Amino acid sequence: MTEASLQRSVKVRRQAAAQVRQREGSPWTGMGAVILKEMADHLSSTRMFILEVLILLAALGTVYSATGQLQQTVSKDPFLYLRLFTSAMSPLPSFVSLLAFFIPLVAIALMFDAVNGEFNRRTMSRVLAQPIYRDGLLLGKYLAGLFTLALVCTAIWLLIFGLGILRLGVTPGGEEVARALLFLLATIFYGGVWLALALVFSVVFRQPATAALAAIAAWLFFTVFWGMIAGGLAQALAPVQIGLPQEILARANTELMLSRLSPNTLYAEAMVTMLQPEVRSLGLLLPTQLEGAILGAPLPLMQSLALSWPQFTGLAAGSILLFALAYVLFQRQEIRA
Amino acid sequence: MGDAVIETRDLTKRYGTFTAVNKLNLVVRQGEVFGLLGPNGAGKTTTTLMLLGLTEPTSGSVRVLGLDPARQPLRVKARVGYMPDQVGFYDEMTARENLTYIARLNGLPGGEIDGRVTRALERVGLEGVANKRVGTFSRGMRQRLGLADVLVKQPELIIMDEPTSGLDPEASHEFLKMIQGLKEEGISILLSSHLLYQVQAVCDRVGLFNQGRMVLEGPVTDLARKVLGGAYRVHVDVEGEKSAIMEALKRLPRVHAVRAMDTTRYEVEADDDIRPEVAKAVIEAGGRLLGLGAQAQSLDDIYTAYFKKEVEHDRSQLAAVG
Ligand SMILES: Nc1ncnc2c1ncn2[C@@H]1O[C@H](COP(=O)(O)OP(=O)(O)OP(=O)(O)O)[C@@H](O)[C@H]1O
Ligand SMILES: [Mg+2]
Repeated sequence: MTEASLQRSVKVRRQAAAQVRQREGSPWTGMGAVILKEMADHLSSTRMFILEVLILLAALGTVYSATGQLQQTVSKDPFLYLRLFTSAMSPLPSFVSLLAFFIPLVAIALMFDAVNGEFNRRTMSRVLAQPIYRDGLLLGKYLAGLFTLALVCTAIWLLIFGLGILRLGVTPGGEEVARALLFLLATIFYGGVWLALALVFSVVFRQPATAALAAIAAWLFFTVFWGMIAGGLAQALAPVQIGLPQEILARANTELMLSRLSPNTLYAEAMVTMLQPEVRSLGLLLPTQLEGAILGAPLPLMQSLALSWPQFTGLAAGSILLFALAYVLFQRQEIRA
Repeated sequence: MGDAVIETRDLTKRYGTFTAVNKLNLVVRQGEVFGLLGPNGAGKTTTTLMLLGLTEPTSGSVRVLGLDPARQPLRVKARVGYMPDQVGFYDEMTARENLTYIARLNGLPGGEIDGRVTRALERVGLEGVANKRVGTFSRGMRQRLGLADVLVKQPELIIMDEPTSGLDPEASHEFLKMIQGLKEEGISILLSSHLLYQVQAVCDRVGLFNQGRMVLEGPVTDLARKVLGGAYRVHVDVEGEKSAIMEALKRLPRVHAVRAMDTTRYEVEADDDIRPEVAKAVIEAGGRLLGLGAQAQSLDDIYTAYFKKEVEHDRSQLAAVG
């Protein structure tokens, strides 16, 4: 490249950069209107109604049967209310395991047609002809989904506490409420990841049905297959050759790290540390680490939180990365279908 | 004629190697109705999208109301109404709800929204179905709702892409009347279409678009002169000696061509409406004048003639090469 052409290309690039920077007005103009409209849509849609009824039934069934069992131990257990979420009474599973299963479905149902739906109804060009940036539209849609999810989760959370007070006859303690609130937060973060994933698919695929199928395939993949794949991959990456303890330990750690790429694992770990104060470690526990520890003694809240901090931030980071991906793809899309 | 509301300079849009719009120089003035005409794929929609900053131009510059739509899209879109070629609505919402959402997106103050929406709906004659779900609307009603949607923000300039496509003659006539009304209020309008006689009815100026280029531009009568030779056709019914009458008509000033249509009917192509001169000439030539009429050239004729010339031109070039 000659000196002149080099200078010219540098100049052109600088101009292009300046143009992007000089874009006037806040990127969030009009976002409030989008959030209000989308939330009204979500809360009145049949799709959400069906899922809400399902979650409600799951909550009532599992918690009712759990209180039946817990009534016998009311006086002995300091974390009675947390057990409402985690106790499983066969044949019913615990409420949290049902929730881990339902939340991705709700998130997918909220988001799978967020962008492609606008294209299919031919409303995209009309909306973007208003004074709003694509940034505001996309984030508005995402936040509307997140708020709706948070609303549903909070309502159910309150319902469970109400049911607990009625059936158990004791009021929850401060730490119990704090732990349950953090669990609620983890649930919303977990939903946020699935919302962002469904949003990506709604940008990539023009057919809402295809986007929904792809999102459900991703959900199946993480729910059913990722555990097995992580095991296989760990064997390949850190093979156990002779059977030395170090080898077995390395393999197990690799498997654990791999499984944490799944939002389901992160959520399960965050949930366990919050709802089961006895949990002291999320990895493998070596005998040396247990020295001085009283087995079964609950961990203080702050320490539980410190233990699951990476899980919380991991879920948030996953949401942000996926949203950024959706944003970049959406920015490049032609308005015309 | 006032200032330019739209001004493009060498505006170009390429998709890969394909050039959809090629060095377009377009000026639309304040208070004017401008028609973009052209066959399918000419680049009309691409042009309208670039005017609103919905597509980035590859090169060239655009000014809309003195602003740059690529850098100041919010300010442009707050003042310009856009009606896309296939306007869509949220079917499960009512007409009023659809427009209210648009009003909110425009950041209109809450207290004003109801009044503005009502007025926009009245304007297009949809006040009776304001609270019906849009899913039940006919094509014509949707199109009118599209216009109401644009009017909510009280724009200074309206850009419409194929506003009358899919409407029956009655409905498109009414639609054009509404456009005429907007023009009388001083709103500038750019509309694209390939229905020529309709464009002719409302547009002050038209631009003929082909393969991304604006090949002709001006008031309809000017185009007629350029492409067809004459802007007016005078039809005259007269009994008398044919050759004498033909001669007399041909001798008139500003006449381009004279044709005998049948035994008593002649057609005169001229720059102006020269009916008085024609009447005088045929009487002086000893004819018995039975009838007289003038007709401006239709855009249809211009369009057909233009593209016929193009094709012939291409053929002759091919022949010269081969
Ligand atoms: N995203 C795209 N990628 C590649 N080519 C495109 C794209 N969008 C449009 N084109 C091409 O650009 C050309 C101009 O298209 P445009 O839609 O502007 O035409 P038009 O005049 O509006 O036609 P119509 O009357 O059919 O609406 C067409 O040939 C089209 O194929
Ligand atoms: Mg078009």
